[in-house]
Amino acid sequence: MSSPSTPLLEVRDLRIGFPNPRGGEVFPVDGVSFRLDRGETLALVGESGCGKSLTSLALLQLLPPPGRVLSGSSIKLEETEILSLRGEALRAIRGRRIAMIFQDPMTSLNPVLTVGSQVVEALTAHRRWSRADAKARTIALFEEVGIPDPAQRFAAYPHHLSGGLRQRIMIAMALAGEPDILIADEPTTALDVTVQAQILELLDRLRAARGMAVLLITHDLGLVAGRADRVAVMYAGQIVEEAGTTDLFERPSHPYTRGLFRSIPRLHESVLRLSPIPGTVPLPSAWPSGCRFHPRCAEVLARCSTEAPLNTELETTGPARRTRCWLASPLPPRA
Amino acid sequence: MIGWLIRRGLQAVLTFAAAIVILFFLMRVTPGDPLMRMTEDRQISVAEMARLKHRFGLDQPLALQFITFTSAAIRGDLGVSIYRYPDRVLDLIVARLPASLLLGGTVLLLNFTIGVWLGVLQAARRGQFIDRWLTRLSLSGYAMPSFWLALVLVYFLSTRWRLLPSAQMTDPLLDPSAPFAVRTFDLLRHLLMPAFTLAIVTIAATMQYQRTAMLEVLRLDFVLAARARGLTESQVRWRHAWRNALFPVLTLFGLWLPILVSGSVFVERIFNWPGLGSLAWEAINGRDYPLLLGTSMIVTLLVILGGVCTDLGYWLLDPRVRRP
Repeated sequence: MSSPSTPLLEVRDLRIGFPNPRGGEVFPVDGVSFRLDRGETLALVGESGCGKSLTSLALLQLLPPPGRVLSGSSIKLEETEILSLRGEALRAIRGRRIAMIFQDPMTSLNPVLTVGSQVVEALTAHRRWSRADAKARTIALFEEVGIPDPAQRFAAYPHHLSGGLRQRIMIAMALAGEPDILIADEPTTALDVTVQAQILELLDRLRAARGMAVLLITHDLGLVAGRADRVAVMYAGQIVEEAGTTDLFERPSHPYTRGLFRSIPRLHESVLRLSPIPGTVPLPSAWPSGCRFHPRCAEVLARCSTEAPLNTELETTGPARRTRCWLASPLPPRA
Repeated sequence: MIGWLIRRGLQAVLTFAAAIVILFFLMRVTPGDPLMRMTEDRQISVAEMARLKHRFGLDQPLALQFITFTSAAIRGDLGVSIYRYPDRVLDLIVARLPASLLLGGTVLLLNFTIGVWLGVLQAARRGQFIDRWLTRLSLSGYAMPSFWLALVLVYFLSTRWRLLPSAQMTDPLLDPSAPFAVRTFDLLRHLLMPAFTLAIVTIAATMQYQRTAMLEVLRLDFVLAARARGLTESQVRWRHAWRNALFPVLTLFGLWLPILVSGSVFVERIFNWPGLGSLAWEAINGRDYPLLLGTSMIVTLLVILGGVCTDLGYWLLDPRVRRP
């Protein structure tokens, strides 16, 4: 449901540029807009190289150099324009308003510091804590994220813990600042399947208990069902389809989304082969003209290679739906 | 830990023993011998020469000389200097040790505080003006021969501008009963030029090691995660990045540790610094076997100690080593 009030987070026309080694500049994220309301989960789905991780890093101004956000882009956290923040004001957002967990918990923790001290510094980054209080709070957070023997784990080093436990530590760290938004960038990709489910369940539970909004970034549509309220599908630096999760799963409107669905293995169907989308995501230096998906599209039209489709609003009873495809255009497609 | 220390200690002792054997015999195959150097401008009878040889034990078979030396050395007696007869080698070394430790320690301190700090600064400002110029400056320092730099500094700071003393460790005219503060100030004035000469020609290594190590760590995930948590830039840089980037520098520190006793022969000679470096130089010139062996032993000891220190440092600072 798109609320009439100002959204918690609103990204408008985000463009990210990197210098091209062969001269000029490339735009791996090229005009991305979405909104995130309090307490909801938005899934940002796409293949690797589509720009979803860069988008999430830009939200905290953490783009790797020499990347830059182009002027004209806007990322608003309620009334605050994040892109114009610098120094202390920016630091006050990081971890405190928007927290982030990363793909690989093996490398996201500092190997030479105890996990307890790393959570403590996440606490003290935003508020004064006495040493004893910070330790007690950390142990409470460990308990909240389901770490067994939380008090003993305080002095453990990352290499003593399993991948699942480390990701729980990362989540505890993210919770330390009591954020309004949690960005989870492929939070389970590096974990075992059984652990994946536990971590996703934990994220769900925490979101419900704390009323956090979650931006779930994943390449796996299968992970989204039953978890996200809305889904935005990214392709080649743009959002090509945005819809409520039910809408998207029942009636995907973009051929790319349909292609993604066909490439998910299903338990109850006796399909011998998956049908992956042919080809790979083009490089940002070679985004195709017209619709960026047209070279790989099974339903391509003549106009697709020359004219970029508009972002078309579709009728729905659920959350707002948009798609970038001539087939979905309210105008009758030309043959 | 105890087991590791015992193994590491045993290994160190064996290395030391092997080094002594090699040093002892290597010295004897170099051309020249101590008595020829002592007597070259004098007419000496064959009988007198034989008497001298006998006094220093040089008429014994080499193997026996080695056994004599080793058994005395184990008891803490490094023998008598030939060139500076009748001074004992150990006394000579102990007399020179403080000056060497002071100079070498100051150089190490300058090197591993300023060098580390500048290397970290360079990594944080990678590719910018300050990074490029610090690399250029430090490499020009590295490329300068220490004796040349020392002479240039002496020419300007001592001869022309008369700011600093050009030689010695203390002012010979200073009243020894002067207050402690005055004597310390005098010592520091004498220390300044030799210490900076050595620091300038060596600091580039520390800086470049530190810069490279920092650049490698700065692109790791946990640095990004630390920033995303809202930590201050100095917390990210020092607590997270540098704590992981100090290990190559720790190794370098172990390699530099012998400078504590070896100093630099050139710099000690030019500044007339009464350290072990110039003592070793005398020993080499005079083919003074016992003294040469004594000074070499000290350096060998420090080389081995440097390795042990590095291992110990890793053990202390890296929990993956300490608590696997």
